[in-house]
Amino acid sequence: MDRYDPGQQDDILGRIAEWRRDGRRIAVATVIKTWGSSPRPVGSQLAIDDSGAMIGSVSGGCIEGAVVREAMQSIQDGKPRTLDFGVSDEQAWDVGLACGGEVKVYVERIEGQ
Amino acid sequence: MQAELFDVLMAHREQKTPVAMVTRLEDGAQALVTPSGTEGALDLSNAQIDEARTRMRDDRSGISADGTHFTHVHNPPLRMIIVGAVHISQLLAPMATLSGYAVSIIDPRASFATEDRFPDVELSDDWPDEAMEALKPDSRTAIVTLTHDPKLDDPALHVALKSDAFYIACLGSKRTHARRLERLREEGFTDADFQRIHGPAGLPIGAVSPAEIAISVMAEMTAVKHGTEPLRAAA
Repeated sequence: MDRYDPGQQDDILGRIAEWRRDGRRIAVATVIKTWGSSPRPVGSQLAIDDSGAMIGSVSGGCIEGAVVREAMQSIQDGKPRTLDFGVSDEQAWDVGLACGGEVKVYVERIEGQ
Repeated sequence: MQAELFDVLMAHREQKTPVAMVTRLEDGAQALVTPSGTEGALDLSNAQIDEARTRMRDDRSGISADGTHFTHVHNPPLRMIIVGAVHISQLLAPMATLSGYAVSIIDPRASFATEDRFPDVELSDDWPDEAMEALKPDSRTAIVTLTHDPKLDDPALHVALKSDAFYIACLGSKRTHARRLERLREEGFTDADFQRIHGPAGLPIGAVSPAEIAISVMAEMTAVKHGTEPLRAAA
């Protein structure tokens, strides 16, 4: 994982631009809807490269693992996806939010040059 | 996201102009909306463009009522203008930077506003009213005066009170603040203006050290930004 640099950590798009210059393959996950006490607001982003390195967050760490798996798939197949996470949504995903909130996350690949 | 559209998005961020990315969730087609136009492969109706611009004004990303489109607002960073390159500023500036604010510091006294004391912060050694006018504070700007010196703080406040700045705070004791308001009243400012000034600056958390005072200012500014009733000290 990349070193934590607080001055840059919250500039997810800026970091994505750097990753692109490094030639990495990237997907980005964005919180697009929340219900209840979900930890990160709409617009929060998590960027993932094809080695699994990540910057930013879409939750308090509860769903990042599952989002990274889907993001790696998206890097492979190029298809965007919308993921739903809720506290009782155990059939679809093996993770949930301990806070009792629900989030909808959109995952897309950043296309190359 | 297409590479070209990502580059356009980054260019707008570089220029510090507001922009919104609209995504059709079904297939990932996207368009960028600016205050003056649109760009990208996704065709948007006038209603969708209007919604994106309303969201930009409200700084509120979100999904459309029918659930088909997501609008991601990328507004320029919040700003903090600090008047006085003093010890507290050396703590307040990095805290504000960490919190996502673009920080500018104004101090015409040459030995105060040095790059040595304030690395990576925009510094101005112009007189505070001129410096403030050049910075054009808007509704996404916080202004904090820290010099205690009426010669420096007051001209900055004159500009601040005529702007839409969302947070205006002045360091100084209750007595200092009362005298400040008297001077402002002589300049023609009114009680309505005074209600916008947080003085003494910061939440009453018993702050003593420069870092603690910076925390109290950051906390009060955050409460104001989110429209939360600020805490008050127990009587």
